Formats: sequence, C-alpha cells, structure tokens
Amino acid sequence: MLDDFFIRALLAGLGVAIVTGPLGCFVIWRRLSYFGDTLAHSALLGVTLAYTMEFNIAFSVFIISSLIALILIQLQKRTNLPGDALLGLLAHSSLAVGLVVIGFLTFIRFDIMGLLFGDILAVTVDDLLIIWVGGPLMLLVLKLIWKPLFASTVNYELAEAEGLNPDRAKAIFTILMAGIIAISIKMVGLLLITGMLIIPAAMARNISDSPQKMVIYSIIGGVLSVILGLFSSLEFNTSSGPSIIAAALFLFILSLLNIKQSIKLKN
Amino acid sequence: MSTNQNILVKLKEAGFRINDKWLVKGVTLQIEKGKIVTLIGPNGSGKSTTAKIALGIYKRIDGEVEKYTNKVGYVPQKISVDWTLPLRVNDFMTLTENLKAEAINEALSLTGVIHLKDKNLGDLSGGEFQRVLLARAISKKPELLVLDEPVQGVDFTGEIALYELIKKISDELNCGILLISHDLHTVMSATDHVVCLNGHVCCSGTPIDVAKNNEYKALFGEQASQILTRYQHRHDHIHTDEGEIKKN
Repeated sequence: MLDDFFIRALLAGLGVAIVTGPLGCFVIWRRLSYFGDTLAHSALLGVTLAYTMEFNIAFSVFIISSLIALILIQLQKRTNLPGDALLGLLAHSSLAVGLVVIGFLTFIRFDIMGLLFGDILAVTVDDLLIIWVGGPLMLLVLKLIWKPLFASTVNYELAEAEGLNPDRAKAIFTILMAGIIAISIKMVGLLLITGMLIIPAAMARNISDSPQKMVIYSIIGGVLSVILGLFSSLEFNTSSGPSIIAAALFLFILSLLNIKQSIKLKN
Repeated sequence: MSTNQNILVKLKEAGFRINDKWLVKGVTLQIEKGKIVTLIGPNGSGKSTTAKIALGIYKRIDGEVEKYTNKVGYVPQKISVDWTLPLRVNDFMTLTENLKAEAINEALSLTGVIHLKDKNLGDLSGGEFQRVLLARAISKKPELLVLDEPVQGVDFTGEIALYELIKKISDELNCGILLISHDLHTVMSATDHVVCLNGHVCCSGTPIDVAKNNEYKALFGEQASQILTRYQHRHDHIHTDEGEIKKN
C-alpha cells in the first residue's frame, strides 16, 4: 500500500494536519503567525545544511529553526527593536543566506519550487516514519503542557502566581513550533507552512465557542483540507501544497457563513 | 527557620525596582492562615507590586520572600484577557486547576454569578467579570488568597456582600488573605493587620493602631482616621515624590 505515492502523500498530509490543528490554535491565540513564518523561512537554511552535511532534512530543519528561535529571544532581550522588525530581520536574512548557500552548492540540483511550495508527492517511507512518530509525540507533549500554556495565554501573571510555570511551557511550545515546521516542510513548503497552521485554526474559531471545540474543529479542518487538496491536485493536475492551502481557504470561507448567521441571531 | 506552622508567606525587607526606579522597597510582612492582611496606600505606592512580590511573579527582587504554599488564588487588579479567545465562564473557572462541576457551581453561586456560567467571557460587564474572577480564585479552595481590589466596578450592595463573603471565606477555609483595598471602612472593620504603603511601609499594625498613626493620617487625611478614632497628631516627616522620607 505504501508503494503508491498518492497513499504516502495522503498519510503524510493527515499526520501533519493532526498536529498543526492544535498548534495552529495556539499560534492564533498567542499571535504568533509571524513567528511561525520566521521559523519557516529559516528552514531553507536547514535544508541546505542537510544537503551539505548529508543529514536528515527534518532533523536539520528542526535544529536550525530552534536556533533561530533562540537568537530571536536573545535579540528581544538585548535590542530596543520592536518584535515584528526582529522577526522580519531574521526571516528574510535567513532565507537570503539559505539561497546564497544554495548558490555555492553547484554540485547539488535543488528543487527550489519544491522547497518553497512543497513536494508532498515525493514523500518517502522514511518521511512517513518521522511524521507518524514525531507527530503523536508532539501531541503528547502539547497535552502535557496544555494547562500552563493555555493559562498563560489567557493571563501570564495568573498562571505564574498560581504556580504553573508559564516560562517553561512557552519554551517547550517554541520547540514544538520548530518541530512542526521540520515535519511539514516537505508537504506544503516553507512559504505555506504558516498557512497550514493558521487557516484551519482561523476557520475553527469562526464556528466554536470553547477552546476545546476550536482545537477539534481545527484538526478536522486540516484533515479535510489535506484530503480535498490532494484529490483536487490529482484531478486538476495542480501542485499539491498550494492545493491543500486553497482547500483550507475554501473551508474558511464556508465558516464565515456561520458568523453571519450568529450575528443575525443576536440582532 | 520559622517554627510558626501558620505562616504562608513572609516578606523580609523586600523591594522591587525597574532599572533604578524603586516601585516599592523595604516591605516586611507576613500572612498567616485565617488572617486578613490589608495593604492600603495612595496610587503608585507599591500595593500591587508588593502583592506580586509575595506571589512570586517578580523574581529579581531585593530582600527575601519565603512562600510556604502552592495553593494560591489570585485576583489581579488589571486583567487584559484577549477576547478573541473563545472562552466561556465555565472554561475560565478551570484555567489553572481542574475542578469538579460542584466546586465551580458553588463558587459561582457564592459570588452571585451562577447564571453566567455558559456566557462568553467577553460578553460580561466589568462588575460581572470581577465576580467571576473572585469565584475562580476561591473555587480551588486556596491556602493563600491574594485579592487586588477585588470589588472594583461592583455595585454598592454587591460590594458589601462580597467583602462579607471574603471575611467568611477566610474563616471557613482558614486561608490567609492579602487584600488590597481603597475602602477604608471595610479595611478597618474586617482586617486583622493593616500595612500602609507609600513606596515603603509607612506604618503597620492592627487597624486601630494604624488609624492612630500620624503617617496614616498624613496620607489619608483627618477624616479617614476618624473612621475609627479621634486622635490628635503631628506628621514628623515629609515624603519626596519617590516616596522616600525627605531628610532635613
């Protein structure tokens, strides 16, 4: 069964969507979409590293993204620049450095389009293994830090005062972000990863009235986007990454109908 | 080491500064089980800062803080909840601890907002939200309750009822309470120990002691001291803008 490239693509996509669902909710709640973008841009550097050192791609992307997150925290402490400027600085400079390094590696043929927009159809059995071992592991970790992370998202001082250790939860969450980018880069590409994180979660926000519901709808939305996107990319011969994101956007637009109705009910 | 088993938090000459500006300094106080300690003082005198030092929110402090409990309930003075979060009152009640439905219902009933249980947090009025905050803090049956102006925005009759509730909670749960309040009537009638702050501890003691104190009168005026006592006084020192004692 795993011999079929389409089945592999589907399994990879579903494995990623189950993790991006809940993580994406936190990205929206904590206003981290630009942070996700920055980590994703830095992934290119991770990919070049993987090629030069003959590393596993997911592993080296994870290392580089974590490193960029660490640098960001240090810059925030030591400079007076606003957060979004620092994020832009890191995102674009790491992307640029990545591209420059690729220029030097003339002996390797890079599929730049595949890196930027994903090449889910080239998913290997090894990739599947990483996704389906790493993904559930990340979900487990998220479940363990859920209470402090969520409480500090609502109010940092309450969480700190009542002994939940929000700083540790935040650090672990940052590592999870690096992890999700590492396992999903092959699927949607580094320019679209943030879309996979926030669009299903944004859709879920429109139709839920509690955090738990939002997480569940976000997972369902991601899973549907993967199925819808992959089948339509097969049908219309479009690239798979953008098709998945477009499917997610379609679901988001559908969810807007729900908002209109509830506003009408209120009046 | 302290041998008193009843002590929950102890501050010794504690202070906190941002860069070179002291928010508060030299605070010594202790909170014991079943006792209500109240912080009073003008705006910017370091009341909330002192509460945050006691709670361990501020970590790089001067002096010492010893905290002997982890069962803490906190009602902050300002809370900026992001209303884009889909959060109902019921979800908010279990924010820091998982509670049984009965515990949630009981606490919400005590503060008079049980009917709001399934409402979205963003749809509450200021006073309603304040009652939910108080319910959340008491629902986990804490050993230490820190209430930073817990009844702000609550209507007049509700205010009295909530202060009575706070007093009742302190007796029933035998928990220690650190209260910050502007209502001197309440402070003076329901409190075991009053600490009057103005950048440092101006005076402290039982309500009657404090009401008699010259510095207290200087801060709050003659009328405030007449709530409990009529006592002639002379203020023996002047404060600078930073709350320091001006040296002659």
